[in-house]
Amino acid sequence: MRRLSWFNVTSLTLGFAFLYLPMIVLIVYSFNASKLVTVWAGFSTKWYGELFRNEAFLDAAWVTIKVAVISSTFATVLGTMAAYVLVRGGRFLGRTLFSGMIYAPLVMPEVITGLSLLLLFIGIGLDRGVLTIVLAHTTFSMCYVSVVVSSRLVTFDRSLEEAALDLGASPWESFRLVTLPIIAPAVISGWLLAFTLSLDDLVIASFTAGPSATTLPIKIFSAVRLGVSPEINALSTIMILIVTVGVISASLVSKQSAVRAQKDARAAERTA
Amino acid sequence: MMRRAALIAVPYLWLLVLFLAPFLIVLKISLSDAALAIPPYTPTLKDGIGALISELDFENFVFLTEDDLYWKAYLSSLRIALISTFLTLLVGYPIAYGMAKAPEEWRPTLMMLVILPFWTSFLIRVYSWMGILSNEGLLNQLLTWLGLINEPLTILNTNTAVYIGIVYTYLPFMILPIYAALDRMDSSLNEAAEDLGCSKMQAFWLVTIPLSKNGIIAGSFLVFIPALGEFVIPSLLGGSGTLMIGKVLWEEFFNNRDWPVASAVAVILLLILVIPIVLFQRNQQKQQEAEQ
Repeated sequence: MRRLSWFNVTSLTLGFAFLYLPMIVLIVYSFNASKLVTVWAGFSTKWYGELFRNEAFLDAAWVTIKVAVISSTFATVLGTMAAYVLVRGGRFLGRTLFSGMIYAPLVMPEVITGLSLLLLFIGIGLDRGVLTIVLAHTTFSMCYVSVVVSSRLVTFDRSLEEAALDLGASPWESFRLVTLPIIAPAVISGWLLAFTLSLDDLVIASFTAGPSATTLPIKIFSAVRLGVSPEINALSTIMILIVTVGVISASLVSKQSAVRAQKDARAAERTA
Repeated sequence: MMRRAALIAVPYLWLLVLFLAPFLIVLKISLSDAALAIPPYTPTLKDGIGALISELDFENFVFLTEDDLYWKAYLSSLRIALISTFLTLLVGYPIAYGMAKAPEEWRPTLMMLVILPFWTSFLIRVYSWMGILSNEGLLNQLLTWLGLINEPLTILNTNTAVYIGIVYTYLPFMILPIYAALDRMDSSLNEAAEDLGCSKMQAFWLVTIPLSKNGIIAGSFLVFIPALGEFVIPSLLGGSGTLMIGKVLWEEFFNNRDWPVASAVAVILLLILVIPIVLFQRNQQKQQEAEQ
């Protein structure tokens, strides 16, 4: 094994310090007793207490989670369908337009997506609230899901599906019993991606949310516009911890299943 | 057969109604006139198709060319996006290079460390810099303590803070494609170059950089395209002098309530974005063909 040169060690250390220091500072200062966020005045958890007594934040958090769960579920179903159509659908009328509409939202500036959806909702007279945010989030997340799922479908051995069909399965049975279990990891990571995108979205939600429903990013944005606040630091810390635990456990699970798949493959080779 | 039609129709119709139709509405409103009505523009569908066609005009676009605020905003968005893309490349390349040279067993962990911030809230990552860059912030405290400065530097609410914010939040988009390109590279090519008399530095410029070109191009577009329409970073880290088109559109819509002008701003932003998006697609296609 070659050792890393001092240059590479330095660039990796500095690079990861740059990526992580701001978040570490945020976490440390969420335990600061002082209201002044830049002066350290001792350890305290009082901002967490204040946060959990803040009704407005709790309401917004509940709306955000509701929107994220519903929209990511719809987005996963629609996105998987779209991926299946793109990879397995063959030719049909307007295929180019369809694939264009799948890829365009990925590069569209959020301000434009938000503005255009708002104008649509006003045009058809739909009151802005949880429903409109769910519709908006489903639309842009389904495109991300479909990219993730179709990249898995492309590398997938089609003869497995054909074998199921030859053995008398209906197309739906072959999808449910053969295709779905194989693409399941991609579908799950698509769902997770859609969930985080929805949880995180400020711009599109600002356009499509009404006075009856405010999401957490909208609340955070209007609070931090006025400057740094220790309560927001506490909230950010909680969110960072949830994501960190989620991502690490998801990667451990997928690593385990990869190891299991390898074992199965080896066992299959031995018996063959 | 029915099933296949339904499978195609459901996502298709969803995107037609919630993606394409909204765009046509933006396009239509950008050609309308502002009015003191609800909705605040004219003509609307209620006025009939005839009025709809005859009353549309390019007035708003003419207005955008006359008021130099918009010109300046487009140009300064382009400049900010270009400079920060370049800075992201300078910061990201050494990290990707270090990752590609790291021992095999470290790489999954390093990869995860690069991806993890991407899953963390964008808004929070931008916000985390506010406490660091402000006048009483940690950076100024550190520099004063080190004796490098006597008076605090004003960084927050300037373009410098915007550059830092963009580099920070979009860094993973730059690192990952470059790392992928470097990882695929055969290191014996560099050894061959050195055997043939190149210095380490020459081998890097003549072999490594050209072979990672596709990663550099892909990463640069992945940073440049979203940075151009960025709203959160200029509004939290930028100052009143930071002109970016995403912010102008937001203000035109929410503060001035001028829907036709906001729509015209959106249409032009899209037209500007078409060029880098097409170039990016072409680069990706070339890469895919090269891999096959």
